[in-house]
Amino acid sequence: MADWVEACAVGDVEEEDVIRFDHGGRTFAIYRSPDDEFFATDGFCTHEKAHLADGLVMDDIIECPKHNGRFNYKTGQAKGAPVCVNLQTYPVKVEAGKVIIQI
Amino acid sequence: MAGTIKRDYSLVGESTRRAIETGLASAEWYHTDVPRKAMKELMQRSDGPAIRDTIIWIAAILGSAAGGIYFWGTWWCVPFFFVYGVLYGSSSDSRWHECGHGTAFRTRWMNDVVYQIASFMLMRNPVTWRWSHARHHTDTIIVGRDAEIAVMRPPDLLRAALAFTGILDFRYSLPALVRQALGKLAPDEKSYVPEMELHKAVIAARWHVAIYIATIALALTMRSWVPLVLIGVPRLYGTWHMVLTGLLQHIGLADNVVDHRLNSRTVYMNPISRFIYWNMNYHVEHHMFPMVPYHALPKLHELIKHDLPEPNPSMWHAYREVWPVLLRQLKYEDYFLKRDLPPTARPYRGEFHEVNMSAAAE
Repeated sequence: MADWVEACAVGDVEEEDVIRFDHGGRTFAIYRSPDDEFFATDGFCTHEKAHLADGLVMDDIIECPKHNGRFNYKTGQAKGAPVCVNLQTYPVKVEAGKVIIQI
Repeated sequence: MAGTIKRDYSLVGESTRRAIETGLASAEWYHTDVPRKAMKELMQRSDGPAIRDTIIWIAAILGSAAGGIYFWGTWWCVPFFFVYGVLYGSSSDSRWHECGHGTAFRTRWMNDVVYQIASFMLMRNPVTWRWSHARHHTDTIIVGRDAEIAVMRPPDLLRAALAFTGILDFRYSLPALVRQALGKLAPDEKSYVPEMELHKAVIAARWHVAIYIATIALALTMRSWVPLVLIGVPRLYGTWHMVLTGLLQHIGLADNVVDHRLNSRTVYMNPISRFIYWNMNYHVEHHMFPMVPYHALPKLHELIKHDLPEPNPSMWHAYREVWPVLLRQLKYEDYFLKRDLPPTARPYRGEFHEVNMSAAAE
């Protein structure tokens, strides 16, 4: 049974940006889209172990800071070389000003 | 002098095994602290600068080609082909590089189109080279891992000199494209290109080879050298500027370290070279933060230079610095130029650096 875990406050993530969230020995990335929706994915790029939270959010794309691999953070889809493996995404809800993800 | 372990530059050999074993492969690299807000601003993409530069680039290519053709058969064609050659055989490298990173333009297809054109100009397979460059960023100048080490140790000075003519690269690149077009990828290439991408490398090589065959056929039909002087051969006579600037990126500096401040070089250059090279003279900055587009690198340099070694004030200064190091490496391949960090700079992962420091210039 997956757990809902509080990741951060709404105000912790700027619009069109991403932050890192560590929980239970795992790392996640929490995104706030330009239209003010929240999303969550695994925190590391599937190509090589780089923190996506150091990357750049452009529209619905997160670009990895190491090799510029791109994913759609809403669907997890890898958008081409050098990333070939999709990113795991997680359900997100916002309650009482908190961003909560199901992991 | 510590005992020298012979370097094995293949990507599937003894040095590869050692790099993986010691944790040099796919290591965590040093980054200067930059506030997220500042880094976000620096990383921002924009089509404007690259569109402007690409229009200038293409206009200059077409103009110099037209001049060369117009004056063909007279000495007046030489300056036009001199310019054309550099635009074709040298500035294509920086366009290939920046568009390969996807940072030159904000719009993805623009990066992709310029990347494909520049790859063709350079006789580089756009698929294998994309992956080799990813490896270069993961394992910069890690022996046995990095596929893009320009001058290996001990240095072959004749090879380095011939690189300016493009002859050696031409002799490697063209047969490599033909081999790949026949469906054969080398073990080194297979070590960094994922299996699911291999077929794309073969298809790309076939396109390149087909265009070269068409160019040769056109030259034969026209009974003229002009098609070849315009397509393919500029890789020989126009490559010198790419080598002049590109060699300085890492030559003579430490290998097998995980700190770009110690194995990469920032060199101040004149505006023409910076246009041709698209600001890759800020090479420490580029390696540390590959997400920052070429047009923002001068700003990044200003922001983090307090934490970096002093940049070389000119190419001439950098080559004067490198030359005695290369000569000494002929006898002692462990020798290298130790980069001094500013007193306030943070040191990083001394266990890797100390091994090499015993052989360094003091």
